[in-house]
Amino acid sequence: MKNISSKYYVLLAGLPLAYLAIFYFYPLIKIFTVSFLPDEAWGPGNLKKLVTSGIYLRTLWFTTWQAVVSTVLTLLLALPGAYVFARYQFRGKELLRSFTTVPFVLPTVVVAAAFHSLLGPHGLVNAVLMKFFNLISPPVAVDQTIALILIAHVFYNYTVVVRIVGGYWSRLEPGLTESAKMLGASPAKVFFKVTLPLLSPAIMAASLLVFIFCFSSFGVILILGGPRFATIEVEIYRQAIHLFNLPMAAALSLVQILFTFALMWVYTQLQRSRSMALKPESRAVTQKKIDSGVDRLILATNVGFMILFLGLPMMSLIIQSVATETGVSLGFYRALFENATESVFFVPPADAVFYSLGFSLAALLIALSLGVPAAVFLAGPANRLRSVLDPLFMLPLSTSAVTLGFGFILALDKPPLNLRTSPMLVPLAHTLVAFPFVVRSLLPALRSIPPKLREAAALLGAGPWKVWRTVDLPILGRALVVGAVFAFTISLGEFGATVFVARPQTPTMPLAIYRFLGQPGAVNYGQAMAMSSILMLVSATGFMFIEKFRVTHGGEF
Amino acid sequence: MKKIAWVILLGTAMSAGWLTPGIASADTSEIILMAHDSFSVGKAVVAKFENRHHVRLRFLKAGDTGAMLNQAILSKNNPMADVLFGVDNTFLSRALAADMFIPYRSPHLGDIPDELKLDPSYRLLPVDYGDVCLNYDRKWFAAKGLAPPARLEDLTTPAYSGLTVVENPATSSPGLAFLLATVGHFGRDGYLNFWKELRDGNVQVTASWKKAYWGSFSAASKGDRPIVVSYASSPAAEVHFADKLMEQSPTAAVVQKGTAFRQIEFVGILRGTKKADMARKLVDFMLERTFQEDIPLQMFVFPANKTAVLPAVFVKHARVAEHPVFVSPQDIAAHREEWIEAWTETVLR
Repeated sequence: MKNISSKYYVLLAGLPLAYLAIFYFYPLIKIFTVSFLPDEAWGPGNLKKLVTSGIYLRTLWFTTWQAVVSTVLTLLLALPGAYVFARYQFRGKELLRSFTTVPFVLPTVVVAAAFHSLLGPHGLVNAVLMKFFNLISPPVAVDQTIALILIAHVFYNYTVVVRIVGGYWSRLEPGLTESAKMLGASPAKVFFKVTLPLLSPAIMAASLLVFIFCFSSFGVILILGGPRFATIEVEIYRQAIHLFNLPMAAALSLVQILFTFALMWVYTQLQRSRSMALKPESRAVTQKKIDSGVDRLILATNVGFMILFLGLPMMSLIIQSVATETGVSLGFYRALFENATESVFFVPPADAVFYSLGFSLAALLIALSLGVPAAVFLAGPANRLRSVLDPLFMLPLSTSAVTLGFGFILALDKPPLNLRTSPMLVPLAHTLVAFPFVVRSLLPALRSIPPKLREAAALLGAGPWKVWRTVDLPILGRALVVGAVFAFTISLGEFGATVFVARPQTPTMPLAIYRFLGQPGAVNYGQAMAMSSILMLVSATGFMFIEKFRVTHGGEF
Repeated sequence: MKKIAWVILLGTAMSAGWLTPGIASADTSEIILMAHDSFSVGKAVVAKFENRHHVRLRFLKAGDTGAMLNQAILSKNNPMADVLFGVDNTFLSRALAADMFIPYRSPHLGDIPDELKLDPSYRLLPVDYGDVCLNYDRKWFAAKGLAPPARLEDLTTPAYSGLTVVENPATSSPGLAFLLATVGHFGRDGYLNFWKELRDGNVQVTASWKKAYWGSFSAASKGDRPIVVSYASSPAAEVHFADKLMEQSPTAAVVQKGTAFRQIEFVGILRGTKKADMARKLVDFMLERTFQEDIPLQMFVFPANKTAVLPAVFVKHARVAEHPVFVSPQDIAAHREEWIEAWTETVLR
């Protein structure tokens, strides 16, 4: 019996492993070989600086500490939000949750524009403060500071914690905390001694994703942080694209990969010992209506925070999209539909929406079909294979997009893998980033399923497939939706894909935004804002739609 | 369940549709032009070429100039396209050193001024040029009663302290062009001194042109910097893409002697092409008047062909630098990293 099931498990890991082998390891090996093999144009001599200069050590240090601080801040600010979504029933909840995820799809230049209109020298916040306190000069000057980097990282990642921790929290039985309260524990004690330990698998999964996201942060650092800050990712881009130092770029990529692998290995070990079986509860039991003043206060504070912190920047984009020289008008939206320059690269808005959605759906499907078996495999009993594969599956998320993009050019250039200029490469590449999100969203839920439930089902005569379908799948429902939303989001936002070859015949919304911002003129800026607003609307609608999918038959979890 | 099946069906259908063009790229009736993201051309112009030669013209866009060139070099043994457009004079030597273009002396070269022809081996032919220079906010300077800058030296005087935003030469091509303007103007011994003074005068540095122009420049956004490094043709774009009719651009370019750096963009036929004949026809076409006269309003740079007629908005609002600073492509290739590193040390650390 044991042997049969372990064979099953290896089969489960086979598909995602094959995918990674073809679309991750093969391109990486290709680019590393070319980079480290000396030829007439570049030789390993270019690598000297890596060891002789202190700059790279400092870069690694900055990369790490800003990621740690960003992660801690995101957790502190988003955990109360996760609680609100997990425990309360209130009107507009689904809508609010969709809206917290929208920042994830926004290109960095657009987020920069949003923050600029709020926190810039003539922005809303400064205007209000100057008026209130009668100041002569704007008091808030966050542009190109570490503060803005941290704010942006929280802005982007708030939803990761809300969805992953919130989803897990909503299935926790309130019984344990109730008994602790009854035994006389203070609310603080209940939280730190009972709730937090119970939540720790989900909190750690979310933290890991946020950490890696910030560790390999590129656009936020470059655009919002400015040239005084550099993560390893930024340095790789600088070396590869502007200094032609491919060996250095490859060496830094390798450092980045090894460093994150080591971190994730430690994490995996820690997490295994933390996970515990829980009696899954349906949402009818875990959620309550708002009935006390405290509840109302908690809800209001959190919703207020989300509206101020996430909503205002997004609102400012919408305002900029309708604010023309001649007052409020839909002129920029109308301009989107007119090919004023007669350019062959004109992007009809409907096309951009269609291709964006098409790529995202494709990425979602591939990421789920790889992520589910991978997570099921990893959730099995601990062994050496699992402790290697777990961190391995996370690597694509932390690998430099520039390096991988170059690897694709080298590796995927012959049939049957002549994909480097094929549109199929887009969802395939997005899947590499989306897949770890799916795995991390599913794992805490999978590990929390009490083995007794499965054993009982098996005892009653259910085969392995039926056990999975009737026991695991319903409990996983919520986590599957979370994973699907992230896969969809990552692809929609074209996370890190700007360096890949773009096929103008399949334009997406983020590419259209970049194009508008490439030339001076008020109409170009206005159209970029209008397209950003459409992107926000389409993604929010997409999230709502995905949330409607429930694979469950036996009650909601 | 029905919904899921529907989604899967749709996904598969779309993937199948997308796969086909990838396979069809070996088709002889098709030619591929690889370019950077800023490349643009009119529909009618493309149609003219396609009808004349009974061929389909396809495009690949590969990021900014640096990213595009790197990808072209990495794939030079099995190129993704037949013709490459967009290598500029700051990347010229690097591109030629990779030995990936075949020479072609187009008959249209006679219409192109000699000072634009920087490759004596005729592997890379000039298509367009644009001058990277300072742009300023007219309204701001008029309101302050301050004279707009006329020379680079003006920027380091106390009156101009805190007014300028530039792009990082390590991540932005106009940023690099402006650094080269200072290297050429102040000399290799003097340019760092200028930058040191500029840094002490509180210059702002951004990673990209987008961030500088849309985030900091007072004439384009709610920024607080009235001087930005942009192009001499940017004021024309401001008029052309304005949301109301305007007589005068809200911005102006500084084009006096020794203040600008001329970026020249080149086209070349990739060595690995199987359609060299058609590739030559495409290069010819790109140097001919039809394509050349389309350049200004598509890419907001100047056509290399001197017989091309400029559109009215260009004649009125775009400028050409008088005696731009010259630094040879060989010098740029030899010192690029050194100058960027020294700049980074001086301005950022």
